[in-house]
Amino acid sequence: MAEYESHDYDVIIIGAGGAGLRAAIEAKARGLRTALICKSLLGKAHTVMAEGGVAAAMGNVYPEDSWQIHFRDTMRGGKMLNNWRMAQLHAQEAPDRVQELEAWGALFDRTPDGRILQRDFGGHRFARLAHVGDRTGLEMIRTLQQRVVSMDVDVFMECKILGLVADAEGVVSGAVGYWRPTGEMVVFSAKAVVLATGGAGKSWKYTSNSWECTGDGHAMALWAGADLIDMECVQFHPTGMVWPLSVRGLLVTEGVRGDGGVLRNSEGTRFMFNYVAEMFRAETADSEEEADRWYEDHSAGRRTPELLPRDEVARAINTEVKAGRGSPHGGVFLDIATRRSPEYIRRRLPSMYHQFMELAGVDITAEPMEVGPTCHYIMGGVRVEADTGAATVPGLFVAGEVAGGMHGANRLGGNSLSDLLVFGRRAGMGASDYAAGRSGAPKPDEGEIQHSITEALAPFERTDGENPYELHQELQEMMQTLVGIIRTGDELERALGELDVLRDRAAKVTVGGGRAYNPGWNLATDLPAMLTLSRCVTLGARDRKESRGGHTREDFPTADPEFGKVNLVQRQPSGGGVNGDIKIAPEPIPEMPPELAELFEESH
Amino acid sequence: MSDVTMNVWRGDGDGGDFAEYTLPSQEGEVVLDVIHRIQATQAGDLACRWNCKAGKCGSCSAEVNGKPRLMCMTRMDQLPEGPVTVAPMKAFPIIRDLVTDVSFNFEMAKQVPAFAPPPRPEGGYRMQQIDIERGQEFRKCIECFMCQDVCHVIRDHEENKAHYAGPRFFIRYAELEMHPLDTNDRRELVRQKAGLGMCNITKCCTEVCPEHIKITDNAIIPMKERVVDASYDPVAWLGRKILRRQKASPGEAAAHGA
Repeated sequence: MAEYESHDYDVIIIGAGGAGLRAAIEAKARGLRTALICKSLLGKAHTVMAEGGVAAAMGNVYPEDSWQIHFRDTMRGGKMLNNWRMAQLHAQEAPDRVQELEAWGALFDRTPDGRILQRDFGGHRFARLAHVGDRTGLEMIRTLQQRVVSMDVDVFMECKILGLVADAEGVVSGAVGYWRPTGEMVVFSAKAVVLATGGAGKSWKYTSNSWECTGDGHAMALWAGADLIDMECVQFHPTGMVWPLSVRGLLVTEGVRGDGGVLRNSEGTRFMFNYVAEMFRAETADSEEEADRWYEDHSAGRRTPELLPRDEVARAINTEVKAGRGSPHGGVFLDIATRRSPEYIRRRLPSMYHQFMELAGVDITAEPMEVGPTCHYIMGGVRVEADTGAATVPGLFVAGEVAGGMHGANRLGGNSLSDLLVFGRRAGMGASDYAAGRSGAPKPDEGEIQHSITEALAPFERTDGENPYELHQELQEMMQTLVGIIRTGDELERALGELDVLRDRAAKVTVGGGRAYNPGWNLATDLPAMLTLSRCVTLGARDRKESRGGHTREDFPTADPEFGKVNLVQRQPSGGGVNGDIKIAPEPIPEMPPELAELFEESH
Repeated sequence: MSDVTMNVWRGDGDGGDFAEYTLPSQEGEVVLDVIHRIQATQAGDLACRWNCKAGKCGSCSAEVNGKPRLMCMTRMDQLPEGPVTVAPMKAFPIIRDLVTDVSFNFEMAKQVPAFAPPPRPEGGYRMQQIDIERGQEFRKCIECFMCQDVCHVIRDHEENKAHYAGPRFFIRYAELEMHPLDTNDRRELVRQKAGLGMCNITKCCTEVCPEHIKITDNAIIPMKERVVDASYDPVAWLGRKILRRQKASPGEAAAHGA
């Protein structure tokens, strides 16, 4: 039997991004013995990369803003697939959560009368993003981190959690993992567990996500018997950098196009004019001359097709590349250099200018950028009870990107940071109440613990097996090609076959070296979650035979009202971890009460 | 295409040595990319920290050709011809390869007394942009700890760590000290426990800051002045004796803020 270190808490929180930190603050403030566990050092989680701001209808710039309008924007942006109660709580509570950050030391940019400044963003009717220049995520994570430290929460850094562990009655009672610096095993027993593990972009080749975003929480929840919903809804941003390697997937702001940048293929054609869907034709320019007039004066022409919705633009880029008209590194050209003066570009897009200059050696005032779609965010996730964050298995609470429902089929910019705050707090409350009401010491099942440890250490026992890095690269290539921004039934079926093969090969992974800080081994232990996550996205994408938000089917190119009434729910009732059998079925989405439904009937 | 040679430090707390890796060079790469390729093809267990790969998280600090750099923001083609040396930060104990034990910094963070604003007035706090800009400069810190790494007070004197917080925390103390709403007084703490006086303003920290925070000029020197005012100015000392006050009371701070 493998040895391990043991810790016991009332509440453990797995993940220390915005949601995990906020949950920890709540549990600690309620007097519970609280531990926060993270894969990296404290303060390095992916939240740190958020730029634009945190959406909250405070009305500091537009007093006519209200939670009802924020709620409406969020639901419409999510193509009405959202959990209405989550969207309501989010819109109602976001302002208090932002104010709270200020009381904990955050320094947001100010209005002239000294209040928190709010900026415009896509899909939000009023300027409502509280921000700090273009580093809002850093401000948020540092503020929450400093709060957690000042409250003396126990923080366990560089600890990789392998799986949740239930007791004999099936109540989630802890988690098993290992310390990355030593490779030694550790078990946390807890009366309640909060999952706040973030996103899953690392299953794709082009992603804006960091190495940590491997879908650990999605997979662990599924393996523990929880429901996942709408896993097919993945947001691809149309313009990420594709070259050089060092910045592949890094975001290129939509502001480049807003300020006059255009997309061209290898033949120099401004191809977006060929991709104007019927529903946008009336409001979109049909010639370059008209589009250019619109840039100068919005009343002199119709909108340029470069500013069509993100899914439209991403689809067009994808088609051009597939047709052999891509740029040398597999993207298309985003050109502002021939259209605006160097002074204008440097003044309007300073961070883009420096990003390309420092990392790509590309002077965007003189040359075009190479861009392509990049995997950015997963709207799907663990099904939760809106008010408490409770998953469908007892003892488990979930918040942040790993939770599903809040954003429906598509997330609005700025709504993720507010999501972390609102539902991080609520999951912290839910877990605290649950832990306080649970009698007796939690007893995580020893068999499950030993099984997880054996599986994790198996790569050291094998020889002549697969290289985890190669396997990961192949998974990313496959998901990018077959389960990317545009999907078809045939390709999704092929992807499921490929995933079977990859899963078999992952069972033969070999790693060299010892257990102490061994990235090859760490990657090997991330692979099962990535494979499960990839399978869930693929299954959902196969079964949602329509196009909606972040899910686009070439063979079903329009939204189907019947699919708009259902969540695709996935669960693994008979266990089995990465080898388990996943069931998927549509279930009706919760019905909105009449007083909220009315908000969508007014004429705006 | 030509090859690139990397001399990467391999080892742990018990010792180690530089290992040489030769790879085909690839256009546009940063040091971290080459480290990742070494991991994927030659040394799967080569340890390094990284997260965002965009200069925003401050995880991948190392000493590249002897200078502290973020590996993700250091382009190979901007380094001099010849082998590139990559070593862990020297001021911290080595865990493995390029990964160091930076827990010293997290311990120092615990010693900073929390931000303490007055109760929130109706309608929220008010602060002018101009009054928070200095604090915002300090809050750009990504905690890469390279300023700590180059600070000679601790780089070459392990024994000083017990009573010296280092540049990263001097800007944290300065940020709170200059916060329009804060009611704590941390000047004695900075002088005695955080060891501000040991800094002799060589500006090494400012030079390596990837966020270009003017650590010495905008934080350390003003803090030294405030500490001097608090501890050694006889007129101020007498004034405090008579008036029995150290800093604006919470009520006064709220009135100022509104």
